[in-house]
Amino acid sequence: MKLLEIKDLHASIEGKEILKGIDLTINAGEVHAIMGPNGSGKSTLSAVLVGNPAYTVTRGSVTFGGKDLLAMSPEERSREGLFLSFQYPVEIPGVSMVNFMRAAVNEHRKHRGLAPLTASEFLKLMRDKRAIVELDNKLANRSVNEGFSGGEKKRNEIFQMAMLEPSLAILDETDSGLDIDALRIVADGVNKLKRPDTSVIVITHYQRLLDYIKPDVVHVLYKGRIVKTDGPRLALELEEKGYDWIKKELGE
Amino acid sequence: MNVAPEKQYTDLYREARGLLAAHSPAVMDAVRDEAFATFCAKGFPTTKDEAYKYTGLGPSFAPDYGLNLARRPLAADPYAAFRCDVPNLSTSLFFVVNDTLCASPEHLAALTPGVVLTSLADAAVRFPDIVGRHYGRLAAQDDALTAFNTAFAEDGVFLYVPDGVVMDKPLQLINVMSAGADMMAVRRLLVVIGDRASAKLLVCDHADGDKRYLSTQVAEIFVGRDAVFDYYELEETTPANTRVANTYIRQAAGSNVLANGVTLTCGTTRNHLSVELAGEGAETMLGGIATLDARQHLDNNTLITHRVPRCTSRELFKYVVDDEAVGAFAGKVRVEPGAQKSVSQQTNKNICLTRAARMYAQPQLEIYADDVQCSHGATVGQLDEAAVFYMRQRGLSHKEAVTLLINAFVNEVIDHLRMDALKERLHLLVEKRFRGELGACRTCRKCK
Repeated sequence: MKLLEIKDLHASIEGKEILKGIDLTINAGEVHAIMGPNGSGKSTLSAVLVGNPAYTVTRGSVTFGGKDLLAMSPEERSREGLFLSFQYPVEIPGVSMVNFMRAAVNEHRKHRGLAPLTASEFLKLMRDKRAIVELDNKLANRSVNEGFSGGEKKRNEIFQMAMLEPSLAILDETDSGLDIDALRIVADGVNKLKRPDTSVIVITHYQRLLDYIKPDVVHVLYKGRIVKTDGPRLALELEEKGYDWIKKELGE
Repeated sequence: MNVAPEKQYTDLYREARGLLAAHSPAVMDAVRDEAFATFCAKGFPTTKDEAYKYTGLGPSFAPDYGLNLARRPLAADPYAAFRCDVPNLSTSLFFVVNDTLCASPEHLAALTPGVVLTSLADAAVRFPDIVGRHYGRLAAQDDALTAFNTAFAEDGVFLYVPDGVVMDKPLQLINVMSAGADMMAVRRLLVVIGDRASAKLLVCDHADGDKRYLSTQVAEIFVGRDAVFDYYELEETTPANTRVANTYIRQAAGSNVLANGVTLTCGTTRNHLSVELAGEGAETMLGGIATLDARQHLDNNTLITHRVPRCTSRELFKYVVDDEAVGAFAGKVRVEPGAQKSVSQQTNKNICLTRAARMYAQPQLEIYADDVQCSHGATVGQLDEAAVFYMRQRGLSHKEAVTLLINAFVNEVIDHLRMDALKERLHLLVEKRFRGELGACRTCRKCK
């Protein structure tokens, strides 16, 4: 079953076109890796999918769970099951993780026609999900990302993913800035959260995250287009040979 | 030809001089003519006056307001008619309807023994020495609006906490503007806190209905040696309301004062708060929150004077300015010659939510001593759009995200308060304010 279907997607920022015709289909249950050199449009793709207002879609369509994704507000996309683990999670001083997550979880529940969680139900949920990414209780009681180390921020992203149980999670360079232990914890968390019907897009420069989160399909994004799609061995090939051979194939 | 807004008041004063004398205690009447002369000489301040550069008040005084100079009694019992947004905070609850004090015997009886809460007229009879020594002694003689208030004030509220008396619960005073027609109230507050005494006073300012109201308020607060005094103000008035409040505090050695003002809704408000650190080791903390929208206008003007060595002053004011509202904060700290080891810290942070919102921040330090630690910082910025988007990506609506961010922004000020029930209430009120669930009619139960 098709979960996400992107057709001829073009997008620009401040008049500069970054995505120049993306076609990508992700079925329920699949893990896709999107790789590519710096500036190829990987982060732009994730930003456009979650509705970041800084980007303008100029052409193309995206359906998500059969619905027109581009017609939805960012919050509707989230409530429909789309999650982005930010490359640079934002610090929000004064807003506690508890209040933030309670508001988020209850918005998702409302969207599904469910009553808000009681305080004790919510705290139990926090406790259970925290364990998945080994997030310290102290961090969960602090302001959102404030004063967190790079690794703590990324773990906190996966913790939020655990709380919201998305059908499609986009991990935007979740591995950047992580040491090997933190990488393992984050990847284990993602794997524990994976259900047969949920999908993941892993955006990364490196093979190392893909040692832990096994992709079904690997794409290479270059100059705003997907120029190559293959099985997991493509990632190994890129790790070994870099991107020059792909550029050669493209006649550059 | 336009008639100057002062004229109706100078005419009124001359016509009603007998009425003013008849309805006020001698101690108040004695300083009246001098104050009137000052007002005549100065007129209403304009934006050309440095202290009023953000808020010219002449036009606010131009309407033909009614004044209750004949002290006609109130029609309704405020205890039955009004409900404040900070309910059940204390059993020590008193009202000032327009400019008349209403104190129920039941609430008076519940005051901590020794504490006196009464009208100035009554206090002038029962405590002539205390009133005589303090009334009109602290209020700046050269401020036109304080002079105006002194010229027209007939009565007021007197709070006296004798030496060593520790009040066991906070006192709440609810000011209400309520009349069937445009109305001016001339309010006066005299607070005398004895040595080693301790008290907390919350003053809530409400306006009822859609009439044009103007209140001039002068508070004089004397805080004795090693005394602790908390002074909280909460304004929830209406677009047609003008509030001009001048508060003067003098602190003796070792005293500790927390003065905090929250403006949830207003029309045009100009608050002046002056603190004189007159005894060594005195500490003061001034705080303020403003949440302005539509065409509300709020000007907080503070002056802290370090007269003697080893005093500490801190200030934290935060504004959120929406729509076409205007906020101003001017904070002056003056360290006098010889006031060594003074510590002073002033912070003013502001968020403008729209391009049309205006915020004026004016920190000022005047330091005439050489061994001091003084700092100030002021910022005006916008809401963090990256944070808003991050929260929306997790499913929060734009409005919900903004509400959480604004609450987080002002909570830093609420966290300084020393009254838990008020803190909790303010968290809720600020949140309601930003959800648009706080309206003038909701704050008052008069018609219900």
